Order: sequence, then C-alpha cells, then structure tokens
Amino acid sequence: MSVHNWSKDVFDAVKARGISTVATIPDGGLTDFLLMCGGDAETRVVTLTTEEEGIGIAAGLWLGGQRGMIAMQSSGVGNCINALGLPAALRSPCLMLVTMRGQWGEFNPWQVPMGQATQSVLEAVGVKCFPVDQAEDVGETFGAAADMAFFGGFACAVLVSQRVIGAKGFGR
Amino acid sequence: MSGNYLDRRSLTADVLGRREGALVVPGLGSPTWDCFAAGGSDDYLYSWGGMGLALPTALGVAIARPARRVMCLTGDGELMMGLGSLSVVGAQAPGNLSVLVLDNEHFGETGRQPGLAGTTDLCAMAMAAGFRRSMLVTAMDQVPALCSMLFEEAGPVLAVAKIALSKDELTLPEKDGAIIARRFQEAAARA
Repeated sequence: MSVHNWSKDVFDAVKARGISTVATIPDGGLTDFLLMCGGDAETRVVTLTTEEEGIGIAAGLWLGGQRGMIAMQSSGVGNCINALGLPAALRSPCLMLVTMRGQWGEFNPWQVPMGQATQSVLEAVGVKCFPVDQAEDVGETFGAAADMAFFGGFACAVLVSQRVIGAKGFGR
Repeated sequence: MSGNYLDRRSLTADVLGRREGALVVPGLGSPTWDCFAAGGSDDYLYSWGGMGLALPTALGVAIARPARRVMCLTGDGELMMGLGSLSVVGAQAPGNLSVLVLDNEHFGETGRQPGLAGTTDLCAMAMAAGFRRSMLVTAMDQVPALCSMLFEEAGPVLAVAKIALSKDELTLPEKDGAIIARRFQEAAARA
C-alpha cells in the first residue's frame, strides 16, 4: 500500500474547482477525504441514505449554479443506475468518486459481484470511467474527470482501486 | 377511496398561482403535467423520469439558491420511492425548501394500482425526519394556509394533499432535458 496521500490530492482538486458540496455514503477508503471535507468550512457534506440521492442533489446544485459531487463505495454504484438517466437527460455534470471493493485482494465474496460489475454498469448507462490503480495518479485523474464533467456536461466516475486504498482484512 | 378528495388540477392551479416566484421541482408524470396545465413556466423543472429523485433534486437547487423559495411538487409513489430523502432534507434543514405531495394513494400513471400512502402517514414521517412543520390538506379552503406554509414559513415543511384518482387531460410540456435545464437555470439565476 502506497503512502502517497491521494485523499489530499483529491481534496485540493475539489477546492481548486469550486466544488462546494460533497454528497456521500461513506466508505473506509474515503475516510481521510471526508475528514478533510468535514473540516473545511466552505465544503458542505451531505450524508445520504442511498447513493442515488446524490445524483439528484448534484443535478439540482448545477441547476442552481453550484458544483457538487458524490463520493461512495463501488457497491453504491448499483443503487445509482436508474438515477443516472437524470444527468444524461439534462446533460448536467455528474462527478462520482468511487472507492472500489470486490476487486484487488478482496476477502469478502459478497462484495465481489458488484465490485466486478462496477465499471461495466456505469459505462452501460453512459458514464465515463476513469479507473486508477496508483495513488500518485488519483488526484490528477480526478481533476481530469471533473473538468470533463463540469465543462462538457458529462457523468464521470473516478474508480479508485483497492490496490490504492488497501484491501480490507478485518484482521484476518 | 372515499371522503374528501380534492381535484388535483384545481388545487395545483390555485397553489402555483400563489407561489410568488418560487422555483418548482415537480416529480415525473402527473405533477409535471399539472404544472404545464396550470400555464407553464421556466421556473418549473419538468420531469419525464428519474422516479424518487424529485426531492433530492429540489434539495440541490435549494442549497445552491438560498435566496429563492424551492417547492418540490410530487406524487405519493414518487416520494415513497425515495423516502430516505426526508432524512437527508431534515439533516440539511434548508429554510427555503417546501414539499407538496399530491396523494391519491395510487400509482395513477401506470394503471391505477393501489399504492402505500393509504396506510403510511407521510406527514408524520416528515416530522420524524426533522421537518419543521407538516400539514394534511383535505379541503380547498385550506389553500391560503397551505400556501402561507409552503411559500413563507421557514422550511423544510411538507404538506400532503389528499387528491382524487382522476383522469385528466394530458398536457405535455417540453421533453428535451437540456432545454428544460437551460431554461430553469436561467430562471433560477434571476433574483
């Protein structure tokens, strides 16, 4: 596991682009990033009950003139699929930061089906996917995805590999 | 259904006529047709899909435009597909957000199958989720008090209007989401 602080890189990219709301269902891999967001007076963290709510909130923010994003675990991607028709129809930006499960060194078989399907199902509904498996590349990739989303009106997802965040082991 | 059920088109026309510049995020289907039937406006974000997303979308607009009143106008089934959104709104506590549920206790758009709002108290659920006030509307003479709550009181507030299961004239607005979004963005940007 790399010691490079990719969470800080992503947070810096969020700030540099004026993204003021981060809607989320947390994931272990997002802990540091969400701490930075929560500790920043200018960043609103919106805790969700299901990830698809974040798709609506991000669209509403854009309609009102602000920028938002959604941060979630890959299992939450499955909850978003029908909702992703909204930004597609409105041609509104939709920026997703997804930390992966069920992928690199996963010990929990219940996580594997959705983890393996994450990129396929996102692409099936038209989301541009940016998988990253090196910590040093996450920040730059996130920035590129954000620019494509906000300037082009696309749905873009950055998929952060378990290779970057470290596979969960529960002390096994 | 029995008892005092309101005519949805009369109710929505009355409420929208008193909205005083509020932006409106209608749910897909009938509430969207109602908005267009009431005269249409760039202030309405017409919806043709994304069931369950009307309230989260309205929340996003309310956060981004704190100086504007934002009303989510949706159906009982649409709201109940995203009931968790009540908790999200309760936690964010936007003072400029209101919700009006047009509740016919059925899935009117798909063949009038019974829904779940006949046995679930949506007003109580909103209050339990942290809304400031809720109101059950069963008579047209409640409309002034309803509009005072929806458009003047500090939010988040939610009203449930019990409406008749009716077959109304189809009045279909713009369908191109990019056009709807652009018009709404410009309307939202006006002071």
